[in-house]
Amino acid sequence: MPIQVLMPALSPTMEKGNLSKWLKKEGEAIKSGDVIAEIETDKATMEVEATDEGTLGKILIPEGTADVAVNTPIATILADGESAADLGKAPAPAKQEKAAESVPPAEAKAEAPASKSGGGEEKKAPSAPKAAAEPDPEVPAGTEMVTMTIREALRDAMAEEMRRDPDVFVMGEEVAEYQGAYKVTQGLLQEFGAKRVIDTPITEHGFAGIGVGAAMAGLKPIVEFMTFNFAMQAMDQIINSAAKTLYMSGGQMGCAIVFRGPNGAAARVAAQHSQDYSAWYSQVPGLKVIAPYSAADYKGLLKAAIRDPNPVIFLENEMLYGHSGEVPKLDDYVIPIGKARIVRTGGHVTIISWSNGMSYALKAADELAKEGIEAEVIDLRTLRPMDTDTLVASVKKTGRAVTVEEGWQQNGVGGEIAARIMEHAFDYLDAPVARVSGKDVPMPYAANLEKLALPSVAEVVEAAKAVCYR
Amino acid sequence: MAAPKKSATKETSGEKAQGNGSSSPPEFTRDQELSALRDMLLIRRFEEKAGQLYGMGAIGGFCHLYIGQEAIVVGMQMALKKGDQVITGYRDHGHMLATGMEAKGVMAELTGRHGGYSHGKGGSMHMFSKEKNFFGGHGIVGAQVSLGTGLAFANRYRGNDFVSLAYFGDGASNQGQVYESFNMAELWKLPVIYVIENNRYAMGTSVSRSSAQTDFSKRGVSFNIPGEQVDGMDVRAVKAAGDMAVAWCRAGKGPYILEMQTYRYRGHSMSDPAKYRTREEVDKVRHDQDPIEQVRNRLLAAKMSEQELKAIDAEVREIVNAAADFAQHDPEPDPSELYTDIYR
Repeated sequence: MPIQVLMPALSPTMEKGNLSKWLKKEGEAIKSGDVIAEIETDKATMEVEATDEGTLGKILIPEGTADVAVNTPIATILADGESAADLGKAPAPAKQEKAAESVPPAEAKAEAPASKSGGGEEKKAPSAPKAAAEPDPEVPAGTEMVTMTIREALRDAMAEEMRRDPDVFVMGEEVAEYQGAYKVTQGLLQEFGAKRVIDTPITEHGFAGIGVGAAMAGLKPIVEFMTFNFAMQAMDQIINSAAKTLYMSGGQMGCAIVFRGPNGAAARVAAQHSQDYSAWYSQVPGLKVIAPYSAADYKGLLKAAIRDPNPVIFLENEMLYGHSGEVPKLDDYVIPIGKARIVRTGGHVTIISWSNGMSYALKAADELAKEGIEAEVIDLRTLRPMDTDTLVASVKKTGRAVTVEEGWQQNGVGGEIAARIMEHAFDYLDAPVARVSGKDVPMPYAANLEKLALPSVAEVVEAAKAVCYR
Repeated sequence: MAAPKKSATKETSGEKAQGNGSSSPPEFTRDQELSALRDMLLIRRFEEKAGQLYGMGAIGGFCHLYIGQEAIVVGMQMALKKGDQVITGYRDHGHMLATGMEAKGVMAELTGRHGGYSHGKGGSMHMFSKEKNFFGGHGIVGAQVSLGTGLAFANRYRGNDFVSLAYFGDGASNQGQVYESFNMAELWKLPVIYVIENNRYAMGTSVSRSSAQTDFSKRGVSFNIPGEQVDGMDVRAVKAAGDMAVAWCRAGKGPYILEMQTYRYRGHSMSDPAKYRTREEVDKVRHDQDPIEQVRNRLLAAKMSEQELKAIDAEVREIVNAAADFAQHDPEPDPSELYTDIYR
């Protein structure tokens, strides 16, 4: 029976890819190990090797097709003795349940943007900015909006700031020639050259220290960590050197530096690669900590972070890199650090989150609306300094609050938010603040356990109903 | 000169002076001798006073004295030009004075007063002077090595010919980030001189008990960084080695390692009874190799009078006494200072 070649998943977070090129023609012989096609993922262009022998029977997806979902049959291979006449005998396209298993958590999938002319099947899934009930105060009315991925928003933010200020440079692992491990720095080397886009050896402690030293000398480094998991090696330099120097020097010497990179859980990369550092860094005076959700915020806040004269921790989320959103087309779109945003207004309960936690929060708000509960959803955006005023004002209105975070609950940011609400709005609370968080376990590898370890929309809905006594 | 070049020095048993090897270094002019003497004396008297104030309870926390090692910072500073940067660890008072920071401001920081370089918020281990290009004063062993490499990175990025000096001890030489920094410094040809102040003890652990390779000038071999052992008790040898390393860096040839063989007379910190070495060992170095006595003796041999030398000492004592007086009478920082300088 002919063998189907399926669109492979080439990275832990890949959901679809572009079939850029076929290297074999129909009718050509194929040996195991032959490169048969090139596929462009959100991270890189990869070669697809055949694992079966035979003849390339039929190409099902022509080259140049964009957004081919993982596990879609892309070709059939005929075994020895089979002919084109056997093609019809190929098994039905890959079973759904198998696909669902091998694809990262459903949350991210449902959020997949319909940026390109993909299939019509993903027409629901409202993306965050569209759900916004409140206009962005930073954007003048009538501003043209451009749809772009968060990855592009980050790159544009860096490129704009590098054009503006020659002291700004980027350093990190694979940021230059490889074009970024997650393609966030794509094209920067070509525009700014190797002097300002610097590949480092895999030595986080050392290059973080070099970055801080360069910042003490007045440069404005953007230090990319491939992920914040690896920044644990550099924490001494981030906290003891970057965060404390201004204070220890009596204000003489500061450190304008941005440490950025993906934080928190990606998909199926297990305990050592899936940690959320929101609480860790946001405890430290001297640091500013930003963790945005929408594409516009990623751009406007990264620009603000690069201009800020203080050390800034910029926590990104790998699951969001490919998500698209509308970004204002302005020459210089900078969002002030330290301001939360009410993304959806409502009078019954306040749901507070940031970064990827917002995806649960917003979907939960949709669900709750169906049951007559209007949730006000606040995107914290900056964890330090925390915009307590916005949180408190909302809770004074709703009398109820739920926090949502992917990190662990003990000493988490949700606990801090709950404490602030208690301190500033105790008399307005109609129920104890509820916390939805990652479970108190190292991140497991198995798909089902991983899903259980993370917060879910259902948990947020349940918590919101509980504080509403519903 | 790509290969490490070093003076032939054997591992000492702890009794014999280190690095007193090969040929004697170039002579100083009379002015250089006088300047070196004055600068070393200032550090010595300052540190003696700091020890005294610590004993009186005027200085708190950790206090690491530089007595015995003065020739290193003074000799190296003579090799620098304005604009070059200096960074070091926690045994840092000597480095500050050598870069020209005021004794008053340093001592007032030690006593935690408003007039200190950090308004009393840094203390002995954390002081900085933007004006003098002194980048601290770092309390975490080895951190200054990466930071100093970053200062050199900035020089290279800006295309100037300034050099950064990253000082650290034999103890810090075993830290991982030192080698991460070595690798990048050579890879990117950064103008940084790694000055390893080998005073033979990492707190209470002797070099031979903590280090597999006790010739620290060789610590850059696997990165192709040249290194040299220097008699760190002879200010002329330090200056000569500094001149050579500075020229190497300014010429864009990358980093250089200087192992300064030295000795600290006092304990690791004020609370260290120094039971890990004998009184005789300390006395022998003091008697045979003291960096200040070496200069004094040469000046006396060159017909300078005891009177003239005493006048220099008196001048230095006056500066130190004035600093101590200021540091004890200057007000503590205003309570409002608690919340300043956290963000810009």
